[in-house]
Amino acid sequence: MTRTLELKNITVRFGGYVAVQNTGIAVAEGEFVSIVGPTGCGKSTLLNVAAGLLEPTEGEISVFGEPLVGLNSAAGYLFQVDALMPWRTALGNVTAGLEFHNVPREIARQRGTEWLTRVGLSGRGNLYPHELSGGMRKRVALAQTLIMNPKIILMDEPFSALDIQTRVLMENELLNLWTADRKSVLFITHDLDEAISLSDKVIILSAGPGTRPIAEFNIDLPRPRDVYEIRSTPRFIELHMQIWDRLKEEVLKAYERNQYGTGN
Amino acid sequence: MGPATSGSVAAKRRPRPPRKWLPSRSTIAILQITVLVIILLAWYVLGKAKILPEFFFGDPVLVFGQIWDWTASGEIFIHLGITLSETLLGFAIGAILGVIGGIWLGLSPVAGALFDPYVKAINAMPRVILGPIFILWFGLGIISKVALAVSLVYFVVFFNVSQGVREVNPAILANARMLGASKRQLLRAVYIPSALSWVFSSLHTSVGMAFVGAVVGEYLGSAGGIGYLILQAESTFDVNAVFAGMVVLTVFALLLDLAITIIERRLIARRAS
Ligand SMILES: Nc1ncnc2c1ncn2[C@@H]1O[C@H](COP(=O)(O)OP(=O)(O)OP(=O)(O)O)[C@@H](O)[C@H]1O
Ligand SMILES: [Mg+2]
Repeated sequence: MTRTLELKNITVRFGGYVAVQNTGIAVAEGEFVSIVGPTGCGKSTLLNVAAGLLEPTEGEISVFGEPLVGLNSAAGYLFQVDALMPWRTALGNVTAGLEFHNVPREIARQRGTEWLTRVGLSGRGNLYPHELSGGMRKRVALAQTLIMNPKIILMDEPFSALDIQTRVLMENELLNLWTADRKSVLFITHDLDEAISLSDKVIILSAGPGTRPIAEFNIDLPRPRDVYEIRSTPRFIELHMQIWDRLKEEVLKAYERNQYGTGN
Repeated sequence: MGPATSGSVAAKRRPRPPRKWLPSRSTIAILQITVLVIILLAWYVLGKAKILPEFFFGDPVLVFGQIWDWTASGEIFIHLGITLSETLLGFAIGAILGVIGGIWLGLSPVAGALFDPYVKAINAMPRVILGPIFILWFGLGIISKVALAVSLVYFVVFFNVSQGVREVNPAILANARMLGASKRQLLRAVYIPSALSWVFSSLHTSVGMAFVGAVVGEYLGSAGGIGYLILQAESTFDVNAVFAGMVVLTVFALLLDLAITIIERRLIARRAS
């Protein structure tokens, strides 16, 4: 399998604080990779590096075998925080990327409307972000990113702010969209259930400072999957226990460090 | 503890404050009008009793007579038209320049640092004193008033916009960049719209500033406008006309403010986040 995205020996320092140390992560073509790790360990930092938004202190990024310079134009990025433009309608937000690439207005509108339908928001195109619920805004953001047909999708805890029901719904939608034409996905989450049910591979990061990957698990669950139903299968439970055992140590470490203030 | 005992204990410990008398809206309105009527009556009576010298304080009946004359002859509308166009022109030009300057200084750290002390100095200066210079430069016509209004509006908008540009949500910026926006597109799609939302938020202040600039400019020397009416009345010691001008000015300012509120609701109510 060819490597779509590869981070090699990445180190990121913020002043004297080493957020990420000597980290390597690779995503193969059509692969869905999740990164799990304790809060504040450097997950968003790594994703920013992969997007080309943050230059690492040391290390290299390659995209389709080429070293990355500047922004990663092959990637779409779904941010952890709300990043829709509040002065544009849902449709205006979805078509923003097409507009930046000078796609003719009519075609952009048409494709934008199609994408809104695909994420379950048909007829809502004229609403402004503040008129949408949190879940709807996430869908708009999803459509905004996917309409550009990026070869690599970077997602930073996209569903963490949603309630459980909406979350399962969106996870299934994401899997359906992903199955339709397989992209390479690098997905960050706190939620181990989410990571296992969506991914081909789960990477565990150590607690900060000096975060690095400490374990990697292949998820051999059959596809297509239903993220809700798969959680009660024996193989899922077995994987969950294995991974949780490893993750638990790191979460405890992170907790103790925060507790005693030696984190920084 | 039973509900009865707890209730009585609470009642003993914390005696209920006496209920405040809250009048209804119509009662308030009637009282407000009463206050106005009392003030006008006092003005009239004190004037007639020679306690307030009429030469300095005028006569409310004559003041309203003057307003009536101006309205009936249609003269007032010409002057209002002049003041309004000066205000609107001053606002529009000042706002456009303020947005351009604010975005430029907000985006360029070098320019920001370079001009910072000058911007602060000019802002600290009471800028109505520019009025006489503008009249020397641009004459008694409309241009000197617009210039004064612009100089007042510019800084309100400028500060709001340069602040707004520095505080553009970094996630929105990063998102637009990831979606492929070039520097120019970033300016058009992110910086300018977010700067405009800051202009909207300072709309009342900046239109008010434009109005002050226009009227003060007229008062300093002009051939038309409400400020000119007051200036003219003052030079003939017609105190009633001075008061009449003030009343017209106040009513007009209130109407202007109302109009802005309506425009604001139409334009930004749906986008506000
Ligand atoms: N711009 C910055 N300047 C200084 N320190 C930073 C900066 N960005 C991140 N950090 C630090 O780097 C560490 C990792 O931050 P990051 O946002 O990557 O964590 P995260 O794993 O995404 O956390 P969460 O799961 O809570 O989102 C944190 O300790 C944070 O304080
Ligand atoms: Mg994060």
